[in-house]
Amino acid sequence: MATVIELPVETFKGPVDPDWCPGCGDFGVLKSVQESAARLGIKPDQLFVVSGIGCSSNLPGFIKAYGIHSLHGRSVPVATGAHLANTEMKTVITGGDGDGYGIGVGHLLHAMRRNLDITYVVMDNQIYGLTTGQASPTTTKGHKTKSTPQGNIESPLNPLALGITCGATYVARGFSGEPKHLVDMIAGGMAHKGFALIDVFSPCVTYNKINTYPWFKERVYKLEDSGWDHSNFYGAIEKSYEWGDTIPVGLLYKTDMPTYEDGEPNLQNGPLVKAKLGADKKVFEELVNEMI
Amino acid sequence: MHEVTIGIAGAAGDGLDKSGDTLAKSCGRLGLYVYAYNSYQSIIRGGHIWLKVRVGDEKVLCHGDQLNVLIALNQDSIERHAPEVQEGGAIIFNGDRIKCEESLVGPGVQVLALPIAEITADLKVKYGPIKPIMQNTIAIGAAAFFSGIGVDEPSKVLQDTFAHKGQDIIDLNIGLLTVGYEYAKKNAKVVMEGWNFSGKKRPFLTGNEAIALAAYAAGCKFYTAYPMTPASTILHWMAANQTKTGIVVKQCEDELSVINMAIGAGIAGVRSMCGTAGGGFALMTEAIGMAGIMEVPVVCVEVQRGGPSTGLPTKTEQADLFQVFGASQGEFPRLIVAPRDIADCYASTVESFNLADKYQLPVLFMSDLLLSEHPETVDAELMPAEVKIDRGEVVTSWDTAKDGKYKRFKFTESGISPRAYPGTPDTLYVSASDDHDEESILISDMFTSPETRRKIMEKRMRKVALMLTELKAPVIEGPTDADVTLVCWGSTSGVVQEAAERLTAQGLKTNFICIKYIAPFHTKEVTELLSKAKKKISVEVNFTSVMAKLIRMETGIAMDEHINRYDGEPFEPQGLVDRIKEIMENKALDLDVSEADAKEMAYHYLRTHNFEKMRPIAASKEAANGKGEPIWVVELAERVTGKKAGSMKIGSRTGSTYSFEKVEA
Repeated sequence: MATVIELPVETFKGPVDPDWCPGCGDFGVLKSVQESAARLGIKPDQLFVVSGIGCSSNLPGFIKAYGIHSLHGRSVPVATGAHLANTEMKTVITGGDGDGYGIGVGHLLHAMRRNLDITYVVMDNQIYGLTTGQASPTTTKGHKTKSTPQGNIESPLNPLALGITCGATYVARGFSGEPKHLVDMIAGGMAHKGFALIDVFSPCVTYNKINTYPWFKERVYKLEDSGWDHSNFYGAIEKSYEWGDTIPVGLLYKTDMPTYEDGEPNLQNGPLVKAKLGADKKVFEELVNEMI
Repeated sequence: MHEVTIGIAGAAGDGLDKSGDTLAKSCGRLGLYVYAYNSYQSIIRGGHIWLKVRVGDEKVLCHGDQLNVLIALNQDSIERHAPEVQEGGAIIFNGDRIKCEESLVGPGVQVLALPIAEITADLKVKYGPIKPIMQNTIAIGAAAFFSGIGVDEPSKVLQDTFAHKGQDIIDLNIGLLTVGYEYAKKNAKVVMEGWNFSGKKRPFLTGNEAIALAAYAAGCKFYTAYPMTPASTILHWMAANQTKTGIVVKQCEDELSVINMAIGAGIAGVRSMCGTAGGGFALMTEAIGMAGIMEVPVVCVEVQRGGPSTGLPTKTEQADLFQVFGASQGEFPRLIVAPRDIADCYASTVESFNLADKYQLPVLFMSDLLLSEHPETVDAELMPAEVKIDRGEVVTSWDTAKDGKYKRFKFTESGISPRAYPGTPDTLYVSASDDHDEESILISDMFTSPETRRKIMEKRMRKVALMLTELKAPVIEGPTDADVTLVCWGSTSGVVQEAAERLTAQGLKTNFICIKYIAPFHTKEVTELLSKAKKKISVEVNFTSVMAKLIRMETGIAMDEHINRYDGEPFEPQGLVDRIKEIMENKALDLDVSEADAKEMAYHYLRTHNFEKMRPIAASKEAANGKGEPIWVVELAERVTGKKAGSMKIGSRTGSTYSFEKVEA
């Protein structure tokens, strides 16, 4: 194994400063992604950061790396295409709960069952922030938002259970208010070979007045402190439903499984982007002869 | 042209396409030209399938309107198609199972009822029971005799087809072919002979196969799709050959994923393509604009089928022009190309990859079911293995100290900004769906910069005019001093050419224009061509003449008349010839239900209401009788005996079914 040469975190300082609201949880996530890349020694030109649309999806503009700021809900397929085209680069998806668990959830399920070697960091603030405060797929029941003034009547989606059951091979939760722990989670996901889903409590200080920093601080505890066995599939599913006075953060589930890339014969000889263009004359003739 | 048309009719699952392939490939190997058209339904087994194989010693432009040899694989097929067989032709069927009533057979048509059990007795002893599907091969043998192509070439094709199944299967199939051939030879006369076999072997392939093969030649490395007729056969070819071609073929969860993955791969620097039908493309539209604003090369194949909505899943149409033209919000440069035949599918696919790279934009490649799914012989030299690959302006290394910061979207005179594939040191940038400045920094996030927006918009749009200069403009095809100018696009060009040639030969000078590039549009050239035309008639497989509308929008020139077909089937030359003559005589189009239509509608009713033991035999018109329109009274007979079984009343204008009455036994 190659020795990892850590990089200074400043390496990843983007050309533009974030324009998130002061106090937004996403600042901590940005910093954690930068620190994770630095810790793993991934050079900016070997890093793809892909997002959809939403406050948190502006992240690729604030980090030094190749970025794709794609469409609402489509970060996963765009990242999949970019990643399969260049498997030498590290691909990290960043976005919010509306983008990933709402409009884009269809893609997420399939990316997880494919076990692509991609890390997905979801800045989960349980609200639509950029559109000024409507209910999101993770908004809790009863929560009054602009689109649910009588209180949300839908049950929230459980991203961790979704990840474990759909085939993600690294499922973790972090909290923007626990930056060191968050770096462990994200760096762990990036180092993991396979699909890593990291749901991060990233409070929206403007539109979510319920799931705030103090709300989380009172409740979260680290799985790592309780000696959690992250290899237990069914136990992890059960644990993922713990939500109330105590809420676990940490690495919930991890397993080693072959990736999509392992199974794709045409990715075994280096990245596609470096493959020679054009037809092999003999193969081409063979293909044409089948038509005669 | 020396020619023969063989029709094979049966149900889905009868193995008809394979039989057609044997015949077509044999002709293709002998140096004849073949054009086949399969009229099929969205059903896996059953239904009605009608495969026409037209063979000629010159390039065949469409499936035509002749029928010389009919192979009927079931009773229904005899009833439907036996009357179409022309004088001098022949009808082939399994005489043990199927009856061909005399009234269905035209004058001078030979009827060959194959005594299958009798002629396969020896083969049965040697190889065991003859399966129903194997009877097709016997019929192919007979058809080979009638078509005058001999038994040797079809035998060789069967040998190759079954090579992987062992000598016994090869021998059995050649045996079946031979008994059919010999039986026909002993009992019938040839329908066509005196061929001049050039011996020039031509590949026989569909438009979709040409697109896939060309993509391979052009360096495509990534193909994404979601199954949808009539684009699926690109996926099938790509998947079947991926270990040979090295192309990563990805079936996605939906078309949103299909286009977004293809764009992601395009950003990363590989040549990527995706394919879908109209319905799938509808899901893709948002991403097309993303490729536009991010300036990502990607090729998206849209194969049109009968719409709207699920529409006619296995039928052809050319009605998606404005869906593709209007795809995605906002304005951005893109190329929309509609190839006209299979060789053009090949050339245009290669060109699409080159133009996508050179101008860094999405290419929307419009095909249609007919073009994508019908197979044709193509001169192999029109599909070269080695093609021009132009990746445009690419930055392979960057020296910031010398050249300053790399700007992915640099404002240039041409509008083309040199592109660096991600991974190239010192060329970091963001591909953003938000509008951005030269350095890919958003221009309307915190503050909007109208000036920058104006300049990036102009930069992108400058590529349009530049690209147009290298696209080949449409031309007049046929006599320049014509009385009639037909205007068409896509696969309709073949039948239009044939109709124009027939009309010219008959004294009505007719030429045509085929529009290949939909965007950008050759406004100047098309205006010039059409200003000189006398009678301008658009010919399109749609209801609303979308190409004529586009031309009017781009040139201000309106067509004098429109010819449209929207029943799911492609045009046939004689139908066009007849209608054009009517137009020249100022005859209005008659949309009423004809006698033949009334019978077909009765057929549809009988089939869908479980009265399949009946068939329509005659129709007569009667007065309105309070129904508000004259009525077709369709007589129904028992299928086998021909005994009167009932009648149906069908409106002669609306086509509404007013009544169905059975004769009580």
